[in-house]
Amino acid sequence: MVRYAFYPGCSLDVSAVAYDESVKAVCAKLGVDLVPIADWNCCGATEYWGHDALIAQALIARNLARIDPELEQVTAPCAACYLNLAKVDRMMREVPAAAERVNRALAAGGLHYEPGRVRVRHLIDVLYEDVGRERLTEASTGSLDGLRVAPYYGCQVVRPFCDNDDSEQPVRMDEVLTWLGAEVVEYPVKSQCCGGHMSQISENEAFELIRRLLDCAHRSGAEVIACMCPMCQLNLDAYQGRVNHHFGTGYHLPVLFFTQVVGVALGIEHDVLGIGREIVPAREALRAHGATVVAAAEGGRDVP
Amino acid sequence: MTDLEFQPKIIGFLCNWCSYRAADLAGSTRTRYAPNVRYVRVMCSGRVDPAFVMKALSLGADGVLVAGCHPGECHYLEQNYKTMRRMTMLQHTLRQLGVEEGRVRLVWASAAEGHRLAKAIDEMVDRIRSLGPLRWPAGWQERPEVLAAIERVASEHASAAQEVAT
Amino acid sequence: MSRRVGVYVCHCGSNIAGTIDCEAVARAVGERVADVAVSRDYKFMCSSLGQSMIQEDIEKEKLDRVVVAACSPHLHEKTFRRACSNAGLNPYLMQMVNVREHISWVTKDQVEATRKATAMVTGAVERVKRQEALEPQYVPVNPATLVVGGGIAGLQTAIEIAEFGHPVYVVEREPSIGGHMAQFDKTFPTLDCSACILTPRMSEAGQHDCIHLLTWSELESVSGSVGNFKVRVRKKARYVNSEICTGCGVCEEKCPIKVVDDVFEAGLGIRKAIYMPFPQAVPKMPVIDTAHCIWFVRGKCRACEIFCPTKAIAFDQKDEIVELEVGNIVLATGYDLFDCRRLPQYGYGRLDNVFTSLEFERMCNAAGPTGGRIVLRDRETEPRSVAVIHCVGSRDKRTNEYCSATCCMAALKFGHLVRERIGAEVYSFYIDIRTFSKDYDEFYQRVMDEGVHFVRGRVAEVTDVPRSPAEEGKLVVQCEDTLLGVQRRIPVDMVILMGALEPRADARDLALEAGISCSMNGWFTERHPKLDPVATMTDGVFLAGACQGPKDIPSSVAQGAAAAARILGMITRGRVEIEPVVATIDEERCSGCRICNALCPFHAIEFDEARHVSHVQASLCKGCGTCVAACPAQVIRGAHFMNEQIFAEIEGLLADAWSDVSEPVAAFAAGGVDD
Repeated sequence: MVRYAFYPGCSLDVSAVAYDESVKAVCAKLGVDLVPIADWNCCGATEYWGHDALIAQALIARNLARIDPELEQVTAPCAACYLNLAKVDRMMREVPAAAERVNRALAAGGLHYEPGRVRVRHLIDVLYEDVGRERLTEASTGSLDGLRVAPYYGCQVVRPFCDNDDSEQPVRMDEVLTWLGAEVVEYPVKSQCCGGHMSQISENEAFELIRRLLDCAHRSGAEVIACMCPMCQLNLDAYQGRVNHHFGTGYHLPVLFFTQVVGVALGIEHDVLGIGREIVPAREALRAHGATVVAAAEGGRDVP
Repeated sequence: MTDLEFQPKIIGFLCNWCSYRAADLAGSTRTRYAPNVRYVRVMCSGRVDPAFVMKALSLGADGVLVAGCHPGECHYLEQNYKTMRRMTMLQHTLRQLGVEEGRVRLVWASAAEGHRLAKAIDEMVDRIRSLGPLRWPAGWQERPEVLAAIERVASEHASAAQEVAT
Repeated sequence: MSRRVGVYVCHCGSNIAGTIDCEAVARAVGERVADVAVSRDYKFMCSSLGQSMIQEDIEKEKLDRVVVAACSPHLHEKTFRRACSNAGLNPYLMQMVNVREHISWVTKDQVEATRKATAMVTGAVERVKRQEALEPQYVPVNPATLVVGGGIAGLQTAIEIAEFGHPVYVVEREPSIGGHMAQFDKTFPTLDCSACILTPRMSEAGQHDCIHLLTWSELESVSGSVGNFKVRVRKKARYVNSEICTGCGVCEEKCPIKVVDDVFEAGLGIRKAIYMPFPQAVPKMPVIDTAHCIWFVRGKCRACEIFCPTKAIAFDQKDEIVELEVGNIVLATGYDLFDCRRLPQYGYGRLDNVFTSLEFERMCNAAGPTGGRIVLRDRETEPRSVAVIHCVGSRDKRTNEYCSATCCMAALKFGHLVRERIGAEVYSFYIDIRTFSKDYDEFYQRVMDEGVHFVRGRVAEVTDVPRSPAEEGKLVVQCEDTLLGVQRRIPVDMVILMGALEPRADARDLALEAGISCSMNGWFTERHPKLDPVATMTDGVFLAGACQGPKDIPSSVAQGAAAAARILGMITRGRVEIEPVVATIDEERCSGCRICNALCPFHAIEFDEARHVSHVQASLCKGCGTCVAACPAQVIRGAHFMNEQIFAEIEGLLADAWSDVSEPVAAFAAGGVDD
């Protein structure tokens, strides 16, 4: 089995603990061996790029440089972290002068990164390609029982790098969740922007972007939204109440990380997956598909 | 200025159907490129006997370009695949003889890719200019390890031939 | 061996002389290269004066070899060969050097250009001294012709050749000839009814004494070469006896199975399991679709057989292989429409009221699935607004970079039809409008006057997710209007995607079989993009219609006719000259190792078991020389490209290699420029 260097990123430490918990539980269950990068640092998200490109690049490359030399692949669940790692590796491969600059900066800390040494992959690709349909179908306990899920990819996992999927209408999460027994609803806005930090800049704009995503999920009959990015999860979940207030709507859509949904399918106890940490509670939706959920949770504890 | 700068002499084998026409197209579109490649027209890159390449190098060429149709687009269906195989073997031999990588190059250029051929030639000329003159075989006498390698190739061939025969 | 070589350096006006010092080249070669008897430069070698200069020299100076340094041999090799031939010199004793395309037009530095020209002319002199007199070979031309594809291009070729009384075989993979044109409603820009102008052609082909239609058939293999091809065609079983079927259509009426017709009706209509694709089909005869026929699937039914008044149903029919001998082959296999599902952001296959251009053609056609009514997928509602999206799968790095040429005009036609028939609003989203042909731009003006709205910008997406009440229940086309510089969201009821024209999915297989090549995009490669868009690099194989590249009907017809003219010329002449560039094996010295045998893709090399030697069949050899290069004993001789000729050429090319760059060639070159 391939071992993957694991870059958790800051969000998974703070705002997206549920993502961290569910990623670890799911990977352990599927035998996906994650080796955390020792002494990793913040990838700088999107902010540093505008401030000072070299610092932004070096900050990210430092993580690449710190990857155990025996490991050839790195995976990051957070969309922004994934994109940053992939972007810097690619830039260093394609622009030797930039690679030289970054490495000069890294050298100050005694580090060096050979462009292209590790392959940067999002966790969905690991599940889709490496674990694959057969093993996922086998591992499914049937506890999703046709849970209607809106697959929400957001921007950064599919843009600009999208080698094996369609960047406008991606299907990989759809397929993985379908294999696991979910009913994936038609969700045409699946790769549209959630607004990111727009909520800090212009609430009206942000609310409109969030409303569109919630509205489409609601219309397509979804019971939960599955997402791949801590920012997306935060926007759709934490701002749902205010969006309702702002527009006079009444959306009630739990927003989970896709790994949480995968975990439920694999029969992992809900609290191990961090279910219950979300603001719009998912418990009810999961209970609606009750029988199998309870059965799967036997021996463990259900979320109180 | 040209007399001061090293002007590599390169022999370029062009297949009649794709790369020769690519060179024609570079002309009709007035695509400027380095004047260092002197062309030999062959019907197919598959006609390029490795001996032609060796002959050119031994007569003082600093490099050899072989250009053919893209894989899958050969006028003779699949002969450029044979060129590819031959060139791979030839590169191996050339390494043993101390001829640097980049002096002998295989390039694909379709009849519509004058620009591509021109670019490949410019790159090749730059590369060879940075390597300097080959002066081969004048260089052999100065380099015993090359002479030894030539001996070795010859004896390997002889023993291989014997093996096949028996 | 002493030769008398004449060297002629052409100025081509200033095309060559502007960069190369032609006089210096002629002087240097004349003075320094052995056996050069005459060396001249002249303003235009290809002019009659230039040619007669060569001819006079051959006679007066007793030249036995000629080198002409001018343009590409692909342009003027024939000219100078003929000039030599007229003066009694074997044409293969002339060698051309391309100093125009390969030197003067691509080099800035005059000294270097002159140096390169001198080297290349020297190489040619060394080579030509070792060239041999060769006799062109002739083979008779079989007057029969094979046309692959029964669309409008192929039919044009077939009818024109047949009119001269020569047999033509038309192979068509569908049950009827007619091709894409039979599916269309109106043709741009004249708006004449497609069927009205096509069906007379179809019946003409069907009834012509000299045209043999092989419909529901596919090309299996091609062997042989120009003048004498052997072709195998698979006639797929129709399960209908063609001798007695009257085409009355009772079988189709009685068949209980309805199938979505993905081919002729583009998925918009249905047909039966036994069917004729359309009423005017030629031949007027059905075919059984064994994937859906109950008899073939479950062994029951036989309704067609029971009701057939002439007992023409033949369930036991088998595929049949037909072997044909023809002199020439025309490929007229057309195109496939781009699969619009490949751009999921446009929603085809997901959003009901997104249609492809071909679906819309069928919808407009009075004989089509909606009887010519423009309606939404529910078959009832007329759209009040329609978006037409151009360049779907064309001019797009993600799919095809080329322009599909026909879609702008088809999109304009659709706009016109919608305005005329239902008066709905039409929004045409384009990158550039390309109306390049006769009366085309006038049509664009007319359609603008009819009130079609044109929006310049590539559409980002088509979505059914509303953002405002006005968008509820609509398809919303999101696009940056690059003329206004704003994002626009235009709600419409129907979207038509102008899909790209793509090479047939199996075009590469056919190309390989016919021995021709495809472009990077997969279109068949013509002999010359401008001067010979009809022939291919393989003699006797011609192209017509969209298989060579996206094309509208008039261009396809023109090319089909041109192919016919070329073939008629060959048939009239009765024989064809082939280059004597072939390989021969010195059987005395062949060791019988058989290395060469497997190298020939044309199977020209056979092994004589009895004598334990290999032998080249000259009629099959195409002269590539790969075997020549591979023979370990060096006993294969590649005519006109012999080892000693090429070695001599290399020697000549590098004649200046051992001298210091400052002398002697460079010195005279530099001096020549100053003089």
